[in-house]
Amino acid sequence: MHQVSIVNDMVIRFANVNGTGSASANNMFSKAIFRMGIPVSPKNIFPSNIQGLPTWYEVRINENGYLGRRDGIDLLVGVNAQTQARDIQDVKPGGYFVYDSTKKLHQEYIRDDIHYLGIPMMELSMQHFDHPRQQQLFKNVIYVGALAALINIDLEVLKQIIREQFGKKEKLIPPNFKSLELGYQYVLDHYEYPLNIHLERRDKIGDKIMIEGNMATGLGAIYAGATVAAWYPITPSTSVVKGFETYAKKLRIDPETGKKKYAILQAEDELAAIGMVIGATWNGARSFTATSGPGVSLMSEFIGLAYFAEIPVVLVNVQRGGPSTGMPTRTQQPDILSSAYASHGDTKHILLFPSTPAECFEMTADAFDLADRLQTPIIVMSDLDLGMNSHLSPPLVWDEKRTYDRGKVLNADDLDQIEKYGRYLDVDDDGICYRTIPGTHPTKGSFFTRGTSRDEYAKYTEDGAVYVRIVDRILKKWETAKKYVPTPEMYQEQNSSTDGILFFGTTTYAALEAMDLLKQQGINLDAIRIKALPFNQHVVDFVKAHKRVFVIEQNRDGQFRSLLVNELEIPPAQLVPVLNYDGMPITADAIMQKILSNLPEPANHKSKVL
Amino acid sequence: MTFIKPKFRHPLLPKNKIGYYKADYEGAISTLCAGCGHDSISGAIVQACFELSIEPHKIAKVSGIGCSSKTPTYFLGKSHGFNSVHGRMPSITTGANMANRDLIYLGVSGDGDTASIGMGQFVHVIRRNLNMVYIVMNNGCYGLTKGQDSATADFGSISKAGSINPFEAIDLVGLSLELGATFVARSFSGDKTQLVPLIKAAISHPGFAFLDVLSPCVTFNNNKGSTKSYDFVRDHMEATATIDLVPEEEEITVAYPEGSTTSVSLHDGSTIQLQKLAPDWNPTDRRSAFNNLQSAKAKGEILTGLLYINPESQDMHELVETVPSPLNSLQEKDLCPGPEALDKINDSFR
Ligand SMILES: Cc1ncc(C[n+]2csc(CCOP(=O)(O)OP(=O)(O)O)c2C)c(N)n1
Ligand code: SF4
Ligand SMILES: [Mg+2]
Repeated sequence: MHQVSIVNDMVIRFANVNGTGSASANNMFSKAIFRMGIPVSPKNIFPSNIQGLPTWYEVRINENGYLGRRDGIDLLVGVNAQTQARDIQDVKPGGYFVYDSTKKLHQEYIRDDIHYLGIPMMELSMQHFDHPRQQQLFKNVIYVGALAALINIDLEVLKQIIREQFGKKEKLIPPNFKSLELGYQYVLDHYEYPLNIHLERRDKIGDKIMIEGNMATGLGAIYAGATVAAWYPITPSTSVVKGFETYAKKLRIDPETGKKKYAILQAEDELAAIGMVIGATWNGARSFTATSGPGVSLMSEFIGLAYFAEIPVVLVNVQRGGPSTGMPTRTQQPDILSSAYASHGDTKHILLFPSTPAECFEMTADAFDLADRLQTPIIVMSDLDLGMNSHLSPPLVWDEKRTYDRGKVLNADDLDQIEKYGRYLDVDDDGICYRTIPGTHPTKGSFFTRGTSRDEYAKYTEDGAVYVRIVDRILKKWETAKKYVPTPEMYQEQNSSTDGILFFGTTTYAALEAMDLLKQQGINLDAIRIKALPFNQHVVDFVKAHKRVFVIEQNRDGQFRSLLVNELEIPPAQLVPVLNYDGMPITADAIMQKILSNLPEPANHKSKVL
Repeated sequence: MTFIKPKFRHPLLPKNKIGYYKADYEGAISTLCAGCGHDSISGAIVQACFELSIEPHKIAKVSGIGCSSKTPTYFLGKSHGFNSVHGRMPSITTGANMANRDLIYLGVSGDGDTASIGMGQFVHVIRRNLNMVYIVMNNGCYGLTKGQDSATADFGSISKAGSINPFEAIDLVGLSLELGATFVARSFSGDKTQLVPLIKAAISHPGFAFLDVLSPCVTFNNNKGSTKSYDFVRDHMEATATIDLVPEEEEITVAYPEGSTTSVSLHDGSTIQLQKLAPDWNPTDRRSAFNNLQSAKAKGEILTGLLYINPESQDMHELVETVPSPLNSLQEKDLCPGPEALDKINDSFR
């Protein structure tokens, strides 16, 4: 078989068993590639279970920076006997199956269009380590060592990662080194190396970092000055508060007393979690909660209260596959509508759509300013893929000149200047009124916060005309919000194509790659990435400027498309859905195929290419 | 329904220590039914806050939904208030208290608001020993939705419509004792002499102070056969002790007969004086409280008074170890680590 060599462009998948310590070996593998200057993106495909079920770790390596998921596995490390048959089927023709040859492969698993590379991982481990737990753990490092030889990973880079990882537990460094070398040496002794698919050092990382979106979100809350975090555990949002806590412990402890400048409240459920957030922000602290779809459903009543009583709330929704418990450990963007219109009555909420960890950081921090400025819930719409996987991301940035925007809050001096304070008086004609924090002034500024209808002075009323005045004024805030929310990103200086594509959040990775794939076929599409609801004029203009717009998203019902139709009154036929909802991140190939099948006259597009 | 009160204050009206009139603690005119027990409790709250000389703006009133939860409009008009959603007052209060530990939190709820829809939050706020007063205006029914049985309606009690309640009642006092509440009391809306000092003691208690106040619903549950009616409660009340709260600064002048008084010192320096009716009564002994509660129940009596207090109570801020200054007072410089720290953090992800 003649084989062309493919450098820095591959998908490698690890098939492991949950709870066997493979995660740290796999992370080491990705980090080494990152440190070799090659763009890399790992994804965990894991079960809703703690121990014993199959789990996969899929790594895309691409020196051009295409890091969305790609179908077709070039090399699969299969160390889970349970899934071996399926794993072998998943390798693409001409690809490699690396397995633990301590046990013989089933004859019926043999395909003749892929290569088999047996490494006696367990045997090697048992020869060198006594304890069964160690044998299990170091087996993982042995396969990383073998891969180092097979695809050309710098051993010294791997060793440095081990040194850093076990800095405090030095005893663990030599056995890790030993395991690496065992795997490495075995390949040198038994196989030709490197394989035709392999790595070469590059300098394509720049100042980028590799971080999970949830960690960046937690850090965003730290930087924005959140002091009260209330939450109830749910995958895939749990690591948001974990991230917050990790850094709060480092950065928010009073050095003299050891006391905390924050409170993390593990609530009894999501209803209580958001209630605590509302109570805390009502009382002048910055506060947030993180959850996923089921939690947002439970929070709905309170979200409506915060909307109507105009209380700032920051809610992070790390979306997962629904409905119901759905696919709790798989990714989707299925809560677009239920978040946009969460709660009963006329409500709509500001949504932010980060697509990288750097944006998770920035938009979470922005969410606190927006919540205070607009006095309403802000929902940060992350997802499992973004939140729980490490992504190559621009570094997190905090502008030295940035200051918190606490919005319209009156202090005691302000109140002294005012003859009669009205909590819901639209003094500035932007729909946003002035709030007061309990305890501010002995005689002025107190009012009764309520979810019932009330007048401009917060007095209960059932007068229909007053009610209409108030809810219309709240709608005016929606217009004001358009000035404050992040504007969409355009990928061309001027629109030049008849068709456009529109995407948001994690769909961006595959969408941008699909655009380039189409370009190679002479098809140019204008593109827009939406970062927030409400949609501003740029979105309207973009849609108007195109005959058709492909709306790419990861749910069954084209929810974002519905949102566009509803909010902008776009004729539905103008928006073509491009959907993926099998729980795996959408691929560029799937997007391209769908778009191609909708373009009967590609010549139209070609003619526009200059 | 109360009549509109003139704003004018007679110069001879008493002021409290900080110069406020009692009227400064009042709220808007009540719109509850005339004779509703809840209004009497509002009055007792006004009296207690006046007597304790609390600055009204240092109190935050929080409630759920129900006739009872409406009452914060009718007292402490100079305090911020929050009428939240049904059964969720504890979570709002928890967040508020975490944001500012320096205010006094006065939570008001109903028996429906607490013992049904809000049971989960009630139980958990006890567990956290949040520093707040939690008053249940307990009428054994859902007043606002027109008189359905609540979970505190007694077994066998007869509703206005004539149906007999076939289910066991949840006794919120027994439950909170069981859950480890650090202050548990019961009273009756019609008994101001007992209720006012209890509210004062609850406010002074550093931690979760629970007050179950029987409060007849004159419209839906004051009929013969209801165990939450005025007549029934009056006839079956059994007080544990008469109680008085002596704030820190005041000298103890009230003389109690030897041998029948107990005093409990609170963290803020004030003292609770109890004149015991039952000889084996010890309000700091949870087991004694249980026993007395059970024996009263067996006799068909409703035990009232301060049933239990833990003078060693540590509130939630102490448990979660927050800084002494309110979290909402921390400024950007206290909270934002700045760009240099972020550079280091970025480096740790390379
Ligand atoms: C989620 C929700 N469900 C139902 C209601 C309707 N509701 C309003 S008050 C109430 C019961 C109140 O009973 P209780 O707390 O005992 O107060 P009371 O009126 O007796 O003082 C109910 C069921 C509501 N407001 N919200
Ligand atoms: S219905 Fe009952 S509880 Fe409600 S105001 Fe009237 S008397 Fe009070
Ligand atoms: Mg009731």
